[in-house]
Amino acid sequence: MSSSVKIKTLTIDERQVGARENQTILEVARENGIKIPTLCYLKGLSPYGGCRMCIVEIAGSPKLLPSCMTTVEEGMVVSTNSDRIKKYRKNLLELYFSERNHVCSVCASNGYCELQSMAQKVEMSHVHFPYMYPHLDVDATHERYVLDHNRCIACTRCVRVCDEIEGAHTLDIKDRGIEVRIITDLDRPWGESETCTQCGKCVHVCPTGALIERGKSVGEMSKRKQLLPYLTKMREAHE
Amino acid sequence: MTPEEFKKIGEAHQKKRESFNYNINVCTAAACVSLQSEKVKEELIKQVKEQNKKDDCRVSGTGCLGLCASGPLITINKNKALYGGVKPEDAPEIVKNIAKKPVKRLQIPTDMPFFARQTKMALEHCGKTDPEVIGDYLAKEGYEALYNCLTTMEPNEVIDMMVKSGLRGRGGGGYPVGLKWSTVHKAVGFKKFVICNADEGDPGAFMDRSMLESDPHSIIEGMAIGAYAVGASHGYVYIRGEYPLAIKRLRAAIRQAERQNFLGKNICGTPFSFDVEIRLGAGAFVCGEETALIASIEGKRGTPRPRPPYPAQFGLWGHPTLINNVETFANISPIVRKGADYYASIGTERSKGTKVFALAGSINNTGLIEVPMGITLREIVFEIGGGIVGGKKFKAVQTGGPSGGCIPEEYLDMKVDYESLAQVGSIMGSGGMIVMDETSCMVDVAKYFMDFCRSESCGKCAPCRVGTAQMYNLLNLISQGKATMHDLALLEELCDVVRNTSLCGLGQTSANPVLSTIRFFRDEYLAHINDKKCPAGVCAIEHKEEAVL
Repeated sequence: MSSSVKIKTLTIDERQVGARENQTILEVARENGIKIPTLCYLKGLSPYGGCRMCIVEIAGSPKLLPSCMTTVEEGMVVSTNSDRIKKYRKNLLELYFSERNHVCSVCASNGYCELQSMAQKVEMSHVHFPYMYPHLDVDATHERYVLDHNRCIACTRCVRVCDEIEGAHTLDIKDRGIEVRIITDLDRPWGESETCTQCGKCVHVCPTGALIERGKSVGEMSKRKQLLPYLTKMREAHE
Repeated sequence: MTPEEFKKIGEAHQKKRESFNYNINVCTAAACVSLQSEKVKEELIKQVKEQNKKDDCRVSGTGCLGLCASGPLITINKNKALYGGVKPEDAPEIVKNIAKKPVKRLQIPTDMPFFARQTKMALEHCGKTDPEVIGDYLAKEGYEALYNCLTTMEPNEVIDMMVKSGLRGRGGGGYPVGLKWSTVHKAVGFKKFVICNADEGDPGAFMDRSMLESDPHSIIEGMAIGAYAVGASHGYVYIRGEYPLAIKRLRAAIRQAERQNFLGKNICGTPFSFDVEIRLGAGAFVCGEETALIASIEGKRGTPRPRPPYPAQFGLWGHPTLINNVETFANISPIVRKGADYYASIGTERSKGTKVFALAGSINNTGLIEVPMGITLREIVFEIGGGIVGGKKFKAVQTGGPSGGCIPEEYLDMKVDYESLAQVGSIMGSGGMIVMDETSCMVDVAKYFMDFCRSESCGKCAPCRVGTAQMYNLLNLISQGKATMHDLALLEELCDVVRNTSLCGLGQTSANPVLSTIRFFRDEYLAHINDKKCPAGVCAIEHKEEAVL
């Protein structure tokens, strides 16, 4: 590390911590064993700031800021787990569950799902917003993988990994608002995709059961969580 | 070009204008064009020819005259007549009577409060010049402010002037312009950009459109002055694709300005170079949010990103970028010409200058107005606006579009400035003002705006994507008379969640129409829920006979 890197000190949850400038609050917190929940953030991919689970309170700012995209500043006082934030995180998860058909008991990712485990962690006992029960398709045209829109939370991890790591950019998003959908190529069935390299990275970064391997039944789809960190590490070593 | 040269062009145009006894100006902004003002203009030209008054009369187009409710509008300079509701078949009579008494049945009194109570700064040339002719703009001291800035002022002095004027961003946020400019000025970067945000999308708002259609050169001049102050060399106007006339006029104006060297390399013989490109929006409201707008110009999906970093530090392609709204840029050259102190003398303590509003809804004088800050809502609605259509009872005025709130009668005497509007749960916004009478149902209004937010949410963050859809569903239940008090509590809770956890301004403010209507018109919500009645008779509530067991 060059000597020109400046060090900032800040307080996270009443703990004094040191950080390199340009580091985000989330990175510093995790280095220091302070847990902040995330859904769209994944180390190795560009930050997105869309899931809002990692919001934190910063003294002096009325707005809640996403820790994954907020860089540290000298003397910052951050609170990651106040009652207010806990309540909002629980509400946000309820909104996720109400949006599409997240029925764990029939999901291939049951037991391995990040959305599910996060709900347990924040002690979400029930969803008090009305369920929307949309009618959604399942794209099972690909010979190895399945895209189930019913389980998608639109975190775009798959889109980013396909573009940034694999370089194929097969996956993207279409439409807006509640209508957003993950698409392959120009909204063609996945099986007909000419750009997909069948690498499967999208499946293994997907936090839920929206992307699974073909043939996996309920509770069988564990994801290789170490795939992306391994790839990133190898790339860094190569550079 | 030297100032003498461009003054000469201006004077030549002025002389040509004055060589005619009668200049007939036909409004050619979108509202009047939609009422066939182009045909009126053609017919007038034809009549002038036929009645052999070619050396006496000149017919030309002009920008917005403001009183859109009475369009198409025409003015005649000599006898200072203003005609409204002119039809092509009225042309012979108008031309025939031009030297005589004005045509009574078409005449609109120009001393009515609508005209008398306004203070024109940003709109000073609207309705007085032909937007398609640069000479007309030059005749009105056009581009003099730019020339003076380039030749006699340092960028720092221009910024100081903006700080002193107290001008605040007119896009809605009200961020101090001087502060923004100095931040971009100080930001380190070998390249900087200036962006004019013309992606006006609030329902009922048409200020930016009218300004671009009526006086495109003043916006170009404002952008060039801004670019000089912050050290930018390239500018973009991000304008929504739904404004074909504004785009056409702006395109023509940019070409004219380039030809006269007010844009391009070494402007007016100084070392300063600046050019402007147009980028068209493709119908996404969220692209009015500055980070989404930048993404859209970069060719990406138009979704916002968290701030900080602000565009002033990290903007277009990562370069420091100055983004201001159309009206903000339109105010720059008047401030430079008339002085910061003059501008600061208008308005209130913390909101200086004038503000352009688009009056719409149930109001007699719908149209475009510019008033000093600190004027009361009552003056706007009842004096300038001429009161409610059909003498109905006033109910509320909605400001700030889908991010704003509904202000009830008891706050009508409130002064219009950024702080007061925020206090009553609304915002200044870009300047749309929708007036509602007793026949409007406030639940229905809230539902309308939530439907707008729901369909315009980009879908990037969950609270806005799902929260607005949930809120819309709940409002729909209430308006159908199917909701319970539990649903109302749920709605209020959702408002809080969405407002505090959303990524960008769209989500953060989407709850405002709901919160303000619940705050001021709670009894209407209760009537829908408890009595299954819509007091205004707007919502279709099905009355089911209760089942007899």
